Amino acid sequence: MGSLGFEVLFKGTNMLRLLEGLGVALKISLVSVLISIVLGIAFGMLVSMKKPAVNAVFNVYLEIVRIMPQMVLLFIVYFGTTKSLGLNLSAEAASIIVFSFWGTAEMTDLVRSAIISIPVIQYESSAALGMSRLQTQLYIIIPQTIRRLIPLSINLITRMIKTTSLVMMIGIVEVLKVGQQIIEANRKSSPNAAFGVFATVFLLYFIACWPISQLSKYLENKWVK
Amino acid sequence: MDISAISQYTPLYVQAFFLTVKIGWIGIALSLGIGIVCAFVMYFKISVLTVIVRIYVELFRNTPLLVQLFFIYFGLPKLGLTISAEVCGALGLGLLGGSYMAEAIRSALEAVPASQRESALALGMGKGQLFGLITLPQAVSSSVPAILANVIFLLKETSVFSAISLMDLMFTAKDLIGLYYDTTECLVLLVIFYVIMLLPVSFLGRWVEHKARFAIYGD
Amino acid sequence: MEEILRVEHLHKKYDDLGVLEDVSLSVHKGEVIAIIGPSGCGKSTFLRCLNGLEDIQDGRVILHDEIINPCDDVKKLQKSREKIGMVFQSYDLFPHKTILQNVTLAPVKVQKRDKAEVEAEAMELLTRVGLESKKYNYPRQLSGGQKQRVAIVRALIMHPEILLLDEITAALDTEMVREVLEVVLSLAREGRTMIIVTHELQFARAVADRVIFMDGGNIVEEGAPDEFFDHPRTERTRKFLDNERFTVQPS
Repeated sequence: MGSLGFEVLFKGTNMLRLLEGLGVALKISLVSVLISIVLGIAFGMLVSMKKPAVNAVFNVYLEIVRIMPQMVLLFIVYFGTTKSLGLNLSAEAASIIVFSFWGTAEMTDLVRSAIISIPVIQYESSAALGMSRLQTQLYIIIPQTIRRLIPLSINLITRMIKTTSLVMMIGIVEVLKVGQQIIEANRKSSPNAAFGVFATVFLLYFIACWPISQLSKYLENKWVK
Repeated sequence: MDISAISQYTPLYVQAFFLTVKIGWIGIALSLGIGIVCAFVMYFKISVLTVIVRIYVELFRNTPLLVQLFFIYFGLPKLGLTISAEVCGALGLGLLGGSYMAEAIRSALEAVPASQRESALALGMGKGQLFGLITLPQAVSSSVPAILANVIFLLKETSVFSAISLMDLMFTAKDLIGLYYDTTECLVLLVIFYVIMLLPVSFLGRWVEHKARFAIYGD
Repeated sequence: MEEILRVEHLHKKYDDLGVLEDVSLSVHKGEVIAIIGPSGCGKSTFLRCLNGLEDIQDGRVILHDEIINPCDDVKKLQKSREKIGMVFQSYDLFPHKTILQNVTLAPVKVQKRDKAEVEAEAMELLTRVGLESKKYNYPRQLSGGQKQRVAIVRALIMHPEILLLDEITAALDTEMVREVLEVVLSLAREGRTMIIVTHELQFARAVADRVIFMDGGNIVEEGAPDEFFDHPRTERTRKFLDNERFTVQPS
């Protein structure tokens, strides 16, 4: 015993490599979040028009995302497409596709419920003031929808970051994988490295996600309640 | 699609399915226990415990299960705490879920209107009666949709168990793909078993949500 | 006096349920009309038909010489709505805008008036209702009565020819009812044309030139306030008034 294995982080560039690994995960989640937000807003507006056919399709989509673990989707896209389409998708591309597929469904649902939650009286009093439908949307409905959406979309970012930890399972070298490599390489000199390294990864994720969750909570209290 | 491959693999999947479901539900039961205790601590603001519970909740809500499992499974043994993969899976899921359940139950408790508490006090109820007869029952029914949503989330999270070498559905699929290259068949079976595991809970969740909405809005 | 608004044989149905059956009314400039009646009698629906928030199944609503309900021309309907101010029962201020922005939004964006001029007028009106100090506050920071006074100002600044007030005190605490009704009373004194749906009988009597009693989707009786309240002509009116006198405390 003796050491807790933290010393391995100060050897060479180990800490830097760990941070780079986190960077890989953050990059994938950021790209996926951006795609999800853009598509989610578009789909959400489409769905809130309450066209039965659109809603039926969306409900099936939502149900798939609701019950299929992201990990399963990741396997289907990464291994399945290679096999059945002969496509050689990179692991990063596969994860961005899967996380965007998942995030878009979540975002669409958020946009839909944000739009639905605006009370009818807001539309009516805008109409009573002689506003056109466009003006009502522009000045009254969209600004209120955005206020409801921002905290929720920020929350989606933290969920996305946490989910990207899965990409190591399809071979992307992100923070957990780097951690494993460091532990492996220092097996002799620091036998307890597993504790120090994984505790550090744990904290790194916390440091990445916690401020974002707090911001989301703060904005929700400020704007929604 | 190769039917003989499917019939050959199915028993392996069934085995993995029962293991996944078993550990999943043990983890969920654990998460409910942890969640209830933590929610009570936060609701009643029990001095130092509140701080500890808050730190726990924030830590586990803001980190991925995979990282939590790695820490528990590979990290803790270095301190002399060695546990089996199965126990680790259930414990990890329980700790992750506990932090979500705690928040769900706490906010349900806090959402019981002050007027309810006041009218109970006005009827001469004691603090214990107030909590047991008024606050708790209302909070239990209003937290059910959130708890079921967490259950679905936790059942999905079981898919990362394979990372600590638990022979769950993901592990079986990955293993078979590696051995025989019947990718399509293995993935189809994987999807089927997750649908069996999650679809009923998802429908239950939807039904309860509908009921809950009916109770509040009557439509 | 010049006629501003005319309603001819209005019929309104929800699905197959008739809510308004053959209601006609003529409103002249400067006239204050109070509509009273039991809940569910169709009085609020009637008001909402007047500016086209509800479509109607038969009959028509005419503002000056233009038919505004039924009306398929959206642009025309919007123009007419600028001339008809409406204040609702629930506080319908825009929660993401300050009080001043709530008041100035429509005149600037809809009527394309000069922003500085609109703001000056807004401040004048807010001062008049005693809320000039709240201009940078958000609606959630105001009491119900204050919000309702802002809603009145928001309607007034459009320079409407007629104001529709739909149960504007129904959701307020007693002490706030007074501050809102005083504003309405002062508007009546300066000769505004108004149609007021209310359940405050004392107030209806004080403010109105004409009182209309609706029941079962019809106008049952109408008349000058003193005449109406002291010598109701129909049995239904008498019953309603007796009931209300028992249940409503004079304020």
